[in-house]
Amino acid sequence: MSTNWKPDKIRSSDITPEAVYLNRRQFMKGAAVFAAGAVLAACAPQIAPQAPTPLPAEVGAMAGQKDELGDPLTVYAAVTGYNNYYEFTQSKEGVAGLAHDFKTRPWTVAVGGLVNKPHTYDIDELIKRFPVQERIYRLRCVEGWSMVIPWRGFPLKQLLAEVEPTNAAKYVRFQTILDPQQMPGQSDPSFPWPYTEGLRMDEAQNDLTLLTTGVYGQDLLPQNGAPIRIVTPWKYGFKSVKAIVKIDLVADQPSTLWPLTAPDEYGFYANVNPNVPHPRWSQSTERRIGDADRRPTLLFNGYADQVASMYAGMDLHANF
Amino acid sequence: MKYLKTRFQWIRWAVHIGALLPLVVLIVDALSNHLTFNPIQAATQRTGDTAIILLGLSLACSPISTYLNWKDAVRLRRTLGLYTFIYAAIHLWLFVGADYGYQFNYIVPEFLQKYYLWVGLPAFIILLALAATSFRGAMRWLGKRWKRLHRLIYLGAILAMLHLALVIKGDALRLSGDAWKPLLAGIIIGTLLILRVPRLRRALLSLRHKPVAPAAVQLASPPAESTLVKN
Ligand code: HEM
Repeated sequence: MSTNWKPDKIRSSDITPEAVYLNRRQFMKGAAVFAAGAVLAACAPQIAPQAPTPLPAEVGAMAGQKDELGDPLTVYAAVTGYNNYYEFTQSKEGVAGLAHDFKTRPWTVAVGGLVNKPHTYDIDELIKRFPVQERIYRLRCVEGWSMVIPWRGFPLKQLLAEVEPTNAAKYVRFQTILDPQQMPGQSDPSFPWPYTEGLRMDEAQNDLTLLTTGVYGQDLLPQNGAPIRIVTPWKYGFKSVKAIVKIDLVADQPSTLWPLTAPDEYGFYANVNPNVPHPRWSQSTERRIGDADRRPTLLFNGYADQVASMYAGMDLHANF
Repeated sequence: MKYLKTRFQWIRWAVHIGALLPLVVLIVDALSNHLTFNPIQAATQRTGDTAIILLGLSLACSPISTYLNWKDAVRLRRTLGLYTFIYAAIHLWLFVGADYGYQFNYIVPEFLQKYYLWVGLPAFIILLALAATSFRGAMRWLGKRWKRLHRLIYLGAILAMLHLALVIKGDALRLSGDAWKPLLAGIIIGTLLILRVPRLRRALLSLRHKPVAPAAVQLASPPAESTLVKN
């Protein structure tokens, strides 16, 4: 058992059922954690593998898909079982359980602020309003790990066009539902709840910015931000705000949760950038969930072609 | 607390088992796929937490023996200190070996860049130096200097606390984010360090002896004094 075990040698998602494949990979990784070697490895076969849980049909249908850089989708169990969602708990593996009964109906999204046609959408109306697209995006967490996730949704710019922002509108502010009854983490006074996030107007209107209603071919699950969330794949994951109830067009850069919590560490832009270090986690490398080795992090998470022009001439170190 | 003396062997065994248990659980979890989808991070966090808890326990030995008058407590100090070092060493290996695969082109910039490593590495080096000189031979060889050297554990503990405060997600100084861990560690380890300040220790000990009749105080004082000197 050594740490330079190469995942590509056994990357066999195409021929192995996903749940079985996941278990094996997880085991390999676990074993790699401890180079205690033969002694420990010898014990391993005696530990019975967990019974594979049946996967939804839509998920199976996506097996073998890759992002445009050729990397396979992150396994469903990780996408739906390893979530940063502090409204529920700081334990990434605890979110799915706590969010299981989260009520996503009835639900409205109020779009307003500096717009000509403010409107409060019922969620089912909103989901059907625009044709949905499947998008495979990389998700890079500020903590130095990443995934490849198949989302479903429509570009935010379509909704913005409908409400007609005024000329004074320079930023878009998003707000997550505030409901400590359902979201126990919101009782933690160390964070300024509710979660707020924001994008500059051009960022919000970029074609990559997806108002997301589905994951892995199904409706969004509560742990992934149901019923509706933003995904901005060139930014660190915390920008991709979940369970949105309010979208406001505003004139000034909004105060958002993580920069309010630790202003030296998290900036408003939070663009994925291997050259701008973070005091804790490596931003020059990342671990793709399921891989044994780190890989270099790409500027703008590999989406430079679509987004770099928005930041031309901007000091990305100062505006981190 | 006299009865504890006769059971000291039992307690020593309990300390060994208690200190090894987190490692056993970690290995079983790692091999049975129960270490989250990001097992290296989980293992790093668990070994770090275990190390700092053991560090706190080893720092508690001397105050327990002085204030609670259970002299044998100090005999557990070396064992607890060595286990602290073992977990810190696994913690460091997880970073350098398991996480970064010994790719020093990635590792060196991390050490140059990150404040939490500026304090974590010296803390580890102190633990290493103390572990390496914790045996009787080294004690004899170092003589008087041994004690001075081992006082570095106070610095090591402070550095480890800073490491923890810097490594959490949030801002420990402003008590925002995940601040409870460094806060708790700071209160406990801080108290254990403050209890050693000689003047405070004398004051507290004399307070304890106050309710006792004058004659008894005179009898009790000399042994109490000598513990002060010894520890
Ligand atoms: C060069 C030496 C060290 C390195 C490279 C190192 C590395 C790390 C890293 C990378 C983390 C963050 C894990 C994460 O949340 O992603 C961490 C957390 C931690 N480390 Fe260290 N560390 C070192 C020394 C120490 C020492 C000496 C101690 C204590 C005796 C210690 C105790 C901790 C604790 C308590 C945590 C917090 C774990 C948590 O989040 O629950 N570390 N360390």
